[in-house]
Amino acid sequence: MSDVPNDLKYSKTHEWVKDNGDGTLTVGITDHAQEALGDIVFVEAPEVGRKVGAGEATAVVESVKAASDIYSPLAGEIVEANAILTDTPDAINTSPYEDGWIFRFAPSDMSALDALLNAAAYEQVVEEED
Amino acid sequence: MGRQTPLFSEHERLGARIVPFGGWDMPLHYGSQIEEHHAVRRAAGMFDVSHMRPVDIEGEDAQTFLRRLLANDVAKLQSPGKALYSCMLNPAGGVVDDLIVYARGPNRYRLVVNAATADNDIAWMREHARDAALEIRPRDDLAMIAIQGPEARSRTEPLLPEAMRAEAMRLEPFFAADDERWFVGRTGYTGEDGFEIMLPAEEAADLWSALAEAGIRPCGLGARDTLRLEAGMNLYGQDMDDEIGPLESGLGWTLAWAPEERDFIGREALSKVRQDPNRRVFVGLLLTGRGVIRSHQKVLAEGREVGEITSGGFSPTLERSIALARVQPGMGETCEVEIRGKPVAARILKPPFVRHGRIRIDL
Repeated sequence: MSDVPNDLKYSKTHEWVKDNGDGTLTVGITDHAQEALGDIVFVEAPEVGRKVGAGEATAVVESVKAASDIYSPLAGEIVEANAILTDTPDAINTSPYEDGWIFRFAPSDMSALDALLNAAAYEQVVEEED
Repeated sequence: MGRQTPLFSEHERLGARIVPFGGWDMPLHYGSQIEEHHAVRRAAGMFDVSHMRPVDIEGEDAQTFLRRLLANDVAKLQSPGKALYSCMLNPAGGVVDDLIVYARGPNRYRLVVNAATADNDIAWMREHARDAALEIRPRDDLAMIAIQGPEARSRTEPLLPEAMRAEAMRLEPFFAADDERWFVGRTGYTGEDGFEIMLPAEEAADLWSALAEAGIRPCGLGARDTLRLEAGMNLYGQDMDDEIGPLESGLGWTLAWAPEERDFIGREALSKVRQDPNRRVFVGLLLTGRGVIRSHQKVLAEGREVGEITSGGFSPTLERSIALARVQPGMGETCEVEIRGKPVAARILKPPFVRHGRIRIDL
């Protein structure tokens, strides 16, 4: 069974979202997603300052198998991309919720965070897929 | 739900990620595709390739038949156990399948064909054999395990039947030892030394477990694909198919034009393609910009489309993206690959990229 931390929010497309408490959110992909993708070998990060819509393809994660879009769970503006993924993209495999975060953004409406899935609801999504 | 090989429960026990492949349920990897890849380059790995189909062709017309059926010439197989890689072509010069054929004695041959094409191949063979004096026998009763890597043969040695052990260890590359139950070829699809062993299906699980105990790492189809790509080996259905023939997929070396009077299927069509100065060429690419090349992406030169990626991916040995591509003739040393709408710089070079654990290109 994959790891689904209780303190994060989730999307149906397997991103996790962490509230940094400073008006920004951090986004990565779940343990389930990294396992399904296999060894990750390349990450195309978004540029800082880019405005993204909710559900917009924002980054690309390439595994040995295929390329996958990473969607921004909410609308907002990119404030940082995880620089370590340039040289160690496999941090997403080894540490999907910590070292392997993908980008940080400032949402235009923080209250929209409530509409995302909690851990139990995300586990349900994973279960239905298997 | 696809067909399962005799080793399916072994794969499940090892926690393999199972995927559909050519009508079969096969292991993609057992945890990390990249680690499996490195195991083969550095030590030894093993693959369940029981989805591939051995087909025995025997009878007094067998050689005559195969000299017409195959684009390479089985008359080159002068001694028993010798193997030959060949395309089986259609009259238009497209590839019905690529295969290995082993000589087992006068007018006795064993072919090994791809999983997804096997049924079609056998129908094709039967159609062309008509009333020739020979028997075409698909060997669904056999399993097949490929053991590959610099330590593959030495670690496998104690597990071979004693009576054939010495012979198997003396084999030159592209030869096989055969005791009529076990068939041990010094062949493979990774660019490393090793064996491919065909054996009765009911003995396969025992051999698999013993090989694992001997420190040989189980590897899935994922590693098999990156290993063959680094080795510059073609994959049927991707690099060539029933419409794209050997001359445009880097397989010209497998066509036996001599003797001139040997009229193999596809010869006439390919003789014309051979004279065409504009026919596309098959090359290797090394991505110098960032990203991962995937099949079907466009190859560009000075902004113009000049070809297509047939196989692309990440090379664990080079830690760069590499590809096989079909491009216009007369290209220079560089090009671009269009990745998600953007041109990314690449170098054009001659495969293989990696063989026998060594990098064969300038990085």
